[in-house]
Amino acid sequence: MAELKAGSAPGPQRSRPLSPHLQIYRPMLTMTMSIVHRVTGAALYFGILLLAWWLVAAASGPNAYANVEWFMGTLIGRVVLFGYTWALLHHMLGGIRHLIWDTLHGMEPSERELLTLATLVGSVSLTLVVWVVGYLAMGGPR
Amino acid sequence: MSGQRQNELRTAARRVRGLGAARSGTKDFWHQRVTSVAGIPLTIALIVIVIALLGRSHAAVVQILGSPLVAVIMLLFILNSVYHMWIGMQEIILDYVHEDKSKFLSLMANTFFVIAVGLACAFAILKLSFGV
Repeated sequence: MAELKAGSAPGPQRSRPLSPHLQIYRPMLTMTMSIVHRVTGAALYFGILLLAWWLVAAASGPNAYANVEWFMGTLIGRVVLFGYTWALLHHMLGGIRHLIWDTLHGMEPSERELLTLATLVGSVSLTLVVWVVGYLAMGGPR
Repeated sequence: MSGQRQNELRTAARRVRGLGAARSGTKDFWHQRVTSVAGIPLTIALIVIVIALLGRSHAAVVQILGSPLVAVIMLLFILNSVYHMWIGMQEIILDYVHEDKSKFLSLMANTFFVIAVGLACAFAILKLSFGV
């Protein structure tokens, strides 16, 4: 009741009791991965510009395409591309997890922790697999 | 059932003005689910296509990207992705941007961005396919 008394000043300025917000909760894996799902989605939103650049360059001609190939070959290009690969796979696996939850399966505490951990482990391992296969397809790192 | 629905509390005038629930409140939610399901095989296909094109010459890339099956898969990926992106970014904007002016400007920018990116990608693929 003390809170009510403290906030009893009249007018719109009176302080009202607030419901607890994010900062009072202990950070949990499911919560973190929910945020990461949104962050990777936002990153992919802008990351699609890479795909657009690649496609438009291929349609424009050999010189434009050589520029894309040059950039993707630089250290920054490789890091961006690696990050894009991980974000894409993580967002896809996170999406599959949300689709499973949409069917009301996997909602028990242990199940949802396991599913969430699986998306993280899965996205990191799949990214590495994709890059190893990619390098093999190119005939080794260049 | 005839024109006037049973248990209809709204007057005809209210209905004509289009006020009240639009009855489309779950549209974005559902379309986001549909595009996410479609996105799973399309994303896997995109990764396979990109890996297959790594290190190839420009001429080879043009030929493969322009072949009907690859071009159709790429077009599906692009169209599906930009719609999924549009809903997702709209949701992010509505969550965090509350001031009217910046909210409507960012919602518009979202639409312009996805249409521009989608059209650029689709045009490039079609150009590669038709070879003009």
